[in-house]
Amino acid sequence: MPTILAVMEQRDGGVRKVSHEVLAAARGLAEPLSASVDAIVCGAGAVAGSDGLGRFGADRVLTASYPDFGLYNPDGYAATIAEAARDAAVLVFAATATGRDLAPRVAARLGLGLASDVTELAVEGGKVTATRPVYAGKALLRVRLEGSPAIVSVRPNTVQPVEAPRPGTGVTFAVPAFSQRVTVQAVKAAPTAALDVAEAPIVVSGGRGLKDPKHFVLLEELAAAFGNAAVGASRAVVDAGWRDHGAQVGQTGKTVSPSLYVAVGISGAIQHLAGMRTAKTIVAINRDKDAPIFKVADYGIVGDLFEIVPRLTAEVRRLRGDA
Amino acid sequence: MRIAVCLKRVPDTTTKIVIGSDGKSIDESGVKFVPNPYDEFALEEALKQKEAAGTGEAVVYCLGGDPAQETIRTALAMGLDRGVLLQGAPPADGLEVARALAAELQGGNYDLILFGKLAVDDYNHQVGVMVAELLGLPCVTSVAHLTIANGALEAEREIEGGLEVVTCSLPAVLTCDKGLNTPRLPSLKGIMAAKKKPLEAKPASLGSGTLSVLGLLSPPERKPGQIVGEGPDAVPVLVRLLREEAKVI
Ligand SMILES: Cc1cc2nc3c(=O)[nH]c(=O)nc-3n(C[C@H](O)[C@H](O)[C@H](O)COP(=O)(O)OP(=O)(O)OC[C@H]3O[C@@H](n4cnc5c(N)ncnc54)[C@H](O)[C@@H]3O)c2cc1C
Ligand SMILES: Nc1ncnc2c1ncn2[C@@H]1O[C@H](COP(=O)(O)O)[C@@H](O)[C@H]1O
Repeated sequence: MPTILAVMEQRDGGVRKVSHEVLAAARGLAEPLSASVDAIVCGAGAVAGSDGLGRFGADRVLTASYPDFGLYNPDGYAATIAEAARDAAVLVFAATATGRDLAPRVAARLGLGLASDVTELAVEGGKVTATRPVYAGKALLRVRLEGSPAIVSVRPNTVQPVEAPRPGTGVTFAVPAFSQRVTVQAVKAAPTAALDVAEAPIVVSGGRGLKDPKHFVLLEELAAAFGNAAVGASRAVVDAGWRDHGAQVGQTGKTVSPSLYVAVGISGAIQHLAGMRTAKTIVAINRDKDAPIFKVADYGIVGDLFEIVPRLTAEVRRLRGDA
Repeated sequence: MRIAVCLKRVPDTTTKIVIGSDGKSIDESGVKFVPNPYDEFALEEALKQKEAAGTGEAVVYCLGGDPAQETIRTALAMGLDRGVLLQGAPPADGLEVARALAAELQGGNYDLILFGKLAVDDYNHQVGVMVAELLGLPCVTSVAHLTIANGALEAEREIEGGLEVVTCSLPAVLTCDKGLNTPRLPSLKGIMAAKKKPLEAKPASLGSGTLSVLGLLSPPERKPGQIVGEGPDAVPVLVRLLREEAKVI
């Protein structure tokens, strides 16, 4: 039976949530390919949550342990995954900071092409096909992967994690010899927010319409009311130093595909749209009824954000309190 | 310090994208092309590092059609010393682009090979890393902060909710992110000087790779949105729609 290798990510010794999406993407291909799904986790010793990966569709869970694998080890991870993928039919990564670094390393080692940042996967005529946004989301490229393994990275939030219980049998995978060329010395935690805009299911973004950095507290309160939201920003406010670059959405920032994107006081410049037009539902709050953001918004409210946002926060709180 | 920069010619992000008659590529007529924005950070970094070292050469490589000569001239006007155009149409498989670039960079004796973190047309996010792998060089991606001293470098790259601090020795490959520097604009003097700088053009050796393009499509039209209302009184309606119609909260 062919296997699909799903590459998991861990941080601080725990499996990252995005890995469940990777498993769901792998699971989606397993049936048409009559394949089984192996999850592989690189870590330094036991990784919390790896024993639960069967619940999300892993037939087997391969653990590759190495003392230096606590932090991301580009060369070591690449050598390990390339070794594990040798006989796989498909290799699935997350298009995260790690996945975007790791997937091309592995693809180059295997001498095969990589479809990165895909938003849809399918099997046609026994081969994997992928759809990926290109030209800043203004077109979709459909490609067929001719090599084996077919190598893809899936954009966070485009596949919903599903509970698809499988055995999740634990297997130890031996880390092959590798030459370490780069070393991740440390991870400095960002001063704000645990949830990253690229991975949050709900993103509340603010632009110049907020007038002053201190007013972002309005958006932080709204995000807190939603509970699973991150606060994003337009480039105008990042360049002004109001927010960290890590929060910037758009062509020179992050590309996000949350289920809900709320644009507050953002005009909707083409470079901003490049980063968020694949969101499932877009809400715009802007006092200018002709602002371009309303052209992509599913729902809009015209008016003063300083009156609308607090009201919205209150309504969401009420809703979630009742629920 | 010997530094190479790989530069791609891409459509300006504000241009309207029209699918070509082949259904697999864009209609280039009337499209304005620019240097890939992330590659401008790479160009600037090359100049900064060369200036800091006091000596060396900064060379720009581009794989593209003949109009890419103009893109290379822009880099030369910023201050790079010479350019190499590998003539060919970049295939969809980034590994083929990487192979062609790596074949040319090999033996160039570079201390640093710089890329953008991604090309804004194909969004591949891969060519720089692949070149590093093919050349067996250390590679740090999406670099937003860089210090080089005594033949080694320390770089910071943004990850979800933090920054990774990464070290390696030179020679090395880096892919550059926003925040690394502020690209300079070419001066008038630079533009004049660029006309006389060497620009070599030769055919790229390109394979077809393992990705076949099935088609390029316009994204599905978002269903027309609605203005729910004006002012705070519209909020309850919005919340109801988000809950009952969009089912996102
Ligand atoms: C190469 C390049 C790359 C770029 N990359 C990015 C990128 O990655 N991300 C990005 O965002 N931009 C990017 N830009 C910049 C982009 O072109 C815009 O300049 C930027 O997005 C504008 O930010 P903004 O919407 O916050 O500000 P503005 O355009 O000034 O819009 C502010 C909006 O707030 C509204 N407003 C004001 N007061 C209120 C109020 N009280 N209540 C409600 N609404 C109010 C206004 O009506 C207006 O629509 C890039 C530009 C270039 C050239
Ligand atoms: N055709 C090309 N010519 C020169 N450099 C390229 C080319 N394509 C990609 N690159 C380089 O590789 C980086 C990443 O591109 P990509 O992997 O296509 O997103 C770009 O920022 C460039 O530095």
